[in-house]
Amino acid sequence: MSLLGGGIFKGMAVTLRNFVGSYFDKERLTTKEYAWRTDDKLPERAGDYPKEEAEQLSDTTTVTHYSRNFPMLLHDEGEPMDTVRCVACQICERECPPQCIYIEKSKDKMERGGNKAQFYPATFDIDVSVCMSCQICVEVCPFDAIVMNSQFELSTPDRFGGLLLRRDDLLKSNDYYHKIHPEEAAARDKRIADEKAAKEAKKKAAEEAKKKAAEAKAKAEAEAKAKEEAESAEKPAEAPAPTHTDAKKEDNGE
Amino acid sequence: MPNYELIQQDGLETSLLEVSMGPHHPSTHGVFRMDVKLDGETVVDLKPVFGYLHRNHEKLAEAMSYLASMPFTDRLDYFNSMTNNWAYALAAEQLIEIEIPERAEYLRVIMSELTRLVNHVSLVGFFVNDLGALGTPLLYAFREREKILDLFEQASGARMMCNYFRFGGLRCDVPEGWLDRTREVVDRFPKFLDEYEKLLCENEIILSRTQGVGNLSKELAINAGITGPMLRASGVNYDIRKVDNYGIYDRFKFRVPYSKGKVGDCYDRFMVRMLEMRESIEILKQALDGIEAGPIMGNAGKVFKPAKAEAYGRVEAPKGELGFYLVADGTTQPYRYRVRPPSFINLTVLQDMCIGQQVADAVIILGSIDIVLGEVDR
Repeated sequence: MSLLGGGIFKGMAVTLRNFVGSYFDKERLTTKEYAWRTDDKLPERAGDYPKEEAEQLSDTTTVTHYSRNFPMLLHDEGEPMDTVRCVACQICERECPPQCIYIEKSKDKMERGGNKAQFYPATFDIDVSVCMSCQICVEVCPFDAIVMNSQFELSTPDRFGGLLLRRDDLLKSNDYYHKIHPEEAAARDKRIADEKAAKEAKKKAAEEAKKKAAEAKAKAEAEAKAKEEAESAEKPAEAPAPTHTDAKKEDNGE
Repeated sequence: MPNYELIQQDGLETSLLEVSMGPHHPSTHGVFRMDVKLDGETVVDLKPVFGYLHRNHEKLAEAMSYLASMPFTDRLDYFNSMTNNWAYALAAEQLIEIEIPERAEYLRVIMSELTRLVNHVSLVGFFVNDLGALGTPLLYAFREREKILDLFEQASGARMMCNYFRFGGLRCDVPEGWLDRTREVVDRFPKFLDEYEKLLCENEIILSRTQGVGNLSKELAINAGITGPMLRASGVNYDIRKVDNYGIYDRFKFRVPYSKGKVGDCYDRFMVRMLEMRESIEILKQALDGIEAGPIMGNAGKVFKPAKAEAYGRVEAPKGELGFYLVADGTTQPYRYRVRPPSFINLTVLQDMCIGQQVADAVIILGSIDIVLGEVDR
């Protein structure tokens, strides 16, 4: 049995050690300070949310490069809607566990980056009050068109319309993606480039094979033709013979 | 209970008092209600009432693809999303033939043991919070938990709703330098545990409040299907990591702490968890030494469509045996999906443990069971 009330002193000692220690050892700090924003200014009133895009960009430095929040649509360099990667295939809409994505396919097709003309999303809504940030849509997307944003300051006084992100709110450039998730974006770009290279190599190989096949075919045809010609060349030499013999026969017969 | 005789005092008319503790009570760790019948301060009868957080998890999972249920398993026991993911992946992986790469297996063990640290350290914090040590020990616990949650965020993108495991491996590899950062956290952890143990384990108030309170006998624990630290605190040496050797747990050397005492009181449950953290650190050190570079995803097909079969996968979650029972009918959706949650089954003995105790002790008995209502109600 220890000294009665000794636990109090022990507890006080631990508190004191943590209090004093927190000035010297960062590991003892119970709270962590996130840089609010570069100029250290707080928003003046609630209506200041959500902020301008430029400010939002600078704010993404307040979270880590790995965190995810809600999905966004990627576009390549150029006008957002001209280079949007999404082709409105609706796989993400189907696979989304809480069913928070709504897509309407366009009626016409659009050409992007020299590829085959494809559909584009006429409507692409994500209800972020329903979204649970699970990232399934990112995984199932075959076009690398949807990725996770880390923008977290989405508070708004309008709880229905304000939390329904429309297509134009969701469109973000690939550069922005590189800014918020550098490692992931680099890996993704590398994979896309590799796949493209592999596809092109395959295409090239296929073309070459086709060419070869065509050549071989042409050669075979040429050979066949030559043979045929040779045959036909031989034939006339032979052919008259029977007629000749026939004629002979006829002659003989007569 | 029907033949209960009230404590009589001279000249005073006494009667039973029915109190509804919860559903919004700070001691109930969520939306949980205890209908308590009290004779003075003594608990005469106790009925747990739950279901306030029911989200139809099992039926929902039957209407969506196998993969789509994975993020919902995070939300069962929201403290331990990694072990929830693993249990579900383990069940689904039995339905199809799938090979899990070595690195993924190691990372699964690392994530699982880090989860155990997170759970036990915050449980101990909440437990002493229930005892009346408001805030301070809990804050120290949460400070350490935060470091591990940062690791989870770097690996999976989310602090708590990780959604990191996939059938046949993991969603993505950990970023560069993650293993070193994990080693740093793991190496520092025992220092914190030393301080924590010194602060709590021999404290007179904790000893007098928890010893001999909420006894759970070995027989009752086994009969009621109790698992996890609670069963081990009642003196049964049973740990699914040792029994099943799922994943690659047979490669690690670790001990399973269990109580040799006869009673299985709140103090035993508290100490078993404190000791388990030490063993988790041992496993983590071995796993961090053994891990090698390699792929993290097996040969899983794009569409998960198992043939007709059934499977039960279970892991030693920090709270006990977490199992997923799946019946596949040859489509992309499970025909039956059932969760065996440790919190729910451990909660069934609450009444037996509380009767005859003081009403203030009912709070710490509930705290020592370690429940999360997301898992109890599903």
